[in-house]
Amino acid sequence: MPNPIPQPTIVQPAERENYLNTKYGVWSWLLTTDHKRIALLYLISITFFFFIGGFFALLIRLELLTPAGDLVQADTYNKLFTMHGMVMVFFFLIPSIPAVLGNFLVPMMVGAKDLAFPRINLLSWYLYIIGGVMMLHCMLTGGVDTGWTFYAPFSTNFTNTKIVEAGLAIFVAGFSSILTGLNFVVTIHRMRAPGMTWSRLPLFIWAHYATSIIQLLGTPVIAVTIVMVAAERALHLGIFDPKLGGDPLLFQHLFWFYSHPAVYIMILPAMGVVTEIIACFSRKRIFGYSFVAFSSIAIAVFGFLVWAHHMFVAGMSVYAALVFSLLSYAVAVPSAIKVFNWTATLYKGSIHYDAPMLYAFGFLGLFTIGGLTGLFLAALGIDVHVTDTYFVVAHFHYIMVGGAVMGYLGGMHFWWPKISGKLYPEGWARLAALIVFIGFNLTFFPQFLLGYMGMPRRYYDYSHMPEFQVLNVLSTAGATVLGVGYLLPMIYFLWSMRYGKPASDNPWNAAGLEWKTASPPPTFNFDEEPVVTWEAYNYEELDSPDKDAPHNEEVPVAR
Amino acid sequence: MSAHSSASASATSSPLKGYFAVWIALLVGTGLTVYAATLDLAPYNAAVALGIATIKATLVALFFMHVWHAGEKLIKVVVISALFFLLLLLGLTMTDYAARLWS
Amino acid sequence: MPDSSTATGLHTGAHNPALLHHFAEPEQQRDAASLGMWVFLATEVMFFGGLFCAYLVYRRWYFPDFAAASKTINMGYGATNTAVLICSSLTVVLAVWAAQTARRTLLITSLILTMILGLAFLGIKGIEYREKFVEHHVPGASFSFEKVPIPGHPDEYANPRHAQIFFSLYFVMTGLHALHMIIGLGIFLWLLAMAWKGRFTPEWHTPVEIGGLYWHFVDIIWIYLFPLLYLIDRHL
Repeated sequence: MPNPIPQPTIVQPAERENYLNTKYGVWSWLLTTDHKRIALLYLISITFFFFIGGFFALLIRLELLTPAGDLVQADTYNKLFTMHGMVMVFFFLIPSIPAVLGNFLVPMMVGAKDLAFPRINLLSWYLYIIGGVMMLHCMLTGGVDTGWTFYAPFSTNFTNTKIVEAGLAIFVAGFSSILTGLNFVVTIHRMRAPGMTWSRLPLFIWAHYATSIIQLLGTPVIAVTIVMVAAERALHLGIFDPKLGGDPLLFQHLFWFYSHPAVYIMILPAMGVVTEIIACFSRKRIFGYSFVAFSSIAIAVFGFLVWAHHMFVAGMSVYAALVFSLLSYAVAVPSAIKVFNWTATLYKGSIHYDAPMLYAFGFLGLFTIGGLTGLFLAALGIDVHVTDTYFVVAHFHYIMVGGAVMGYLGGMHFWWPKISGKLYPEGWARLAALIVFIGFNLTFFPQFLLGYMGMPRRYYDYSHMPEFQVLNVLSTAGATVLGVGYLLPMIYFLWSMRYGKPASDNPWNAAGLEWKTASPPPTFNFDEEPVVTWEAYNYEELDSPDKDAPHNEEVPVAR
Repeated sequence: MSAHSSASASATSSPLKGYFAVWIALLVGTGLTVYAATLDLAPYNAAVALGIATIKATLVALFFMHVWHAGEKLIKVVVISALFFLLLLLGLTMTDYAARLWS
Repeated sequence: MPDSSTATGLHTGAHNPALLHHFAEPEQQRDAASLGMWVFLATEVMFFGGLFCAYLVYRRWYFPDFAAASKTINMGYGATNTAVLICSSLTVVLAVWAAQTARRTLLITSLILTMILGLAFLGIKGIEYREKFVEHHVPGASFSFEKVPIPGHPDEYANPRHAQIFFSLYFVMTGLHALHMIIGLGIFLWLLAMAWKGRFTPEWHTPVEIGGLYWHFVDIIWIYLFPLLYLIDRHL
């Protein structure tokens, strides 16, 4: 029997009333309107779905160890990659940072007591859970085999799987996303503390504002598309059926009108996280604040202009394809602006290699590779050859996993002391970051080569080209390593909640209103309403040896 | 946006006059739409019908939904953004359909 | 530009019981609610927008068949419904004005009139749907559109498959609109109950305002649906 940890002699934050200990009991959590508690509810739920999606990924990679289709049948394999995609996109990536970190931090970063509509925030979580339960039920009773993109007419006319149920699950989860976006937009416009002007907002807020615009304007289109697919399936309407005069490409236009901006929903929050981390661990204000802020908005707007680059070989007009190809090149520019600004921030900064920063570095490199390969795909001539191959799969995993998930993990580490009041073990965290980085590259870099060499995606059997096996084996090995890397934070975060060292208000000596309150914060965030008189990222002041400098924190960086 | 409740007595009757005027305009517009549909204005029938509809919708938004009197520009920005993205959806989709060389 | 997020710091007397704790001032709460409803209406524009996109594509492709199909829906009912909704928008602004000026009777009367007009709209819609059902114009197994001449070309018949696409869009678009009307009726029933209990004052009547915004939006959607669905080539 282990001995209980002896109580430290300093005043423990846990003894102070905070949002975690203010009320106990299941109902105080399930009926909470506190944005911080709702963020934790989301944290548990999306972690659950992450492991479900990861489980499907594991089965896919196991099947692809050998060229023959010998682990599962073809139909089953179709269901595996479909469920992997649907769960990861709609129930993990799209909510992840906004619903967990965004919900927790947006009110605090603007100096408010809560989001504008706390009860709608709770409703958002319940909608997510209802959608999630529907999706689970769908998967357990047969699943869907159309690919996460559920193209018509296969999804409307030919498949026997549970499209309507999966579609409804996504529809409901989509409304969760819309309401979160609505809450953020109204909060950022209406609930900023006195003195918190737009140009003093953390860039995390700008990123979430841009994300919310996309959530609000894009999600309804896929929602109505799902309605049409359900109606078509039930009533054989012919809206997408060529035999009845419909156009399958119309489905693709409507689907991708949301689903392309959706990828920016997934990456923009991660970019916001990375900006905060890079500023803090270079001890410098972000280079080119306005450029970074406006590039977030530009990505949100431009992101709506490029959707048909997913349809280049589907039968659309070549002239329209030219237009979309050009626009797809344009959308890379604001992302590149951010990369330049982050690099310039790092230059001559005082770099600290704590775990959040390791994830941010990982993000920088991997997002750049993913983004540049997007340009390869935006070129019509190349796309004709690599579309629907593993090149595309590698491209989007570099951005979604190498980018968004790294950003999410970096953010979880950075704000963990604030969220839990405890410090995670830094040594283990750095090791985990390294394992994730190595595992990730081992999994997905071979897939660029595979795609370039012609291995199609969504195939369970590649025995017609057995020379692909070596790279597939490497990829599966990498996936195992990556899995270990993901398990480690789960373990040590949970460990730290009980055994971790208590965190001070600002263990990183970071800028931002959220660091000026206790760790964990009180229910209403601040003991008194903050009045902001300083610019964002005032690291010079924070690091100034002059103890009388305004807003200087004396707490050193904790180890 | 300040509440209108502190408006003077003479001002409280003016919103009513405006509302009734807009109401009449909307009904007239509807009648006009129906009448214009029976005339042969090819190829402009659709344009006329949608043009009148847009005028009606604008009247509802500006005066019934109080966008005209909104204190700050934000509401107007929200409305214009929604319309902008709708036109994006319609317009860019039509670049495909209009430029296909097959039907 | 007034910055509604800045608390002025002066609390004049007792808090309005409707003021929620996380807002500093009633004005802030009201501005937040108003912005929230407008942003929600923007999402609704995109929601219906997908259907308008589908409609636009197929109307261009199958114009003669769409014209033939459009001719079989009753323009009189459509125009009447348009007028009904316009009148209901008037009763809604009257309700808001009544709430602003503490006219309880007018407020309750206007809310009730709005709901009656809304029910009238749904009733006429029901009659239209029934007509389509009887004529076998409801898409699905029993759909039939044989030998219907194309307006202006009496010797050519409309393609039934393309006409079915028109009716598919007709039912989905007007059906979705009717669903929004029903939700609107629910909202107004709740507003009526609150008004009856005297909960609205000139200082606080935000639900009436934002409920009104929703209703006007539903009216605007119909203002576009009417010419698009009912008035294709009616002169032929």
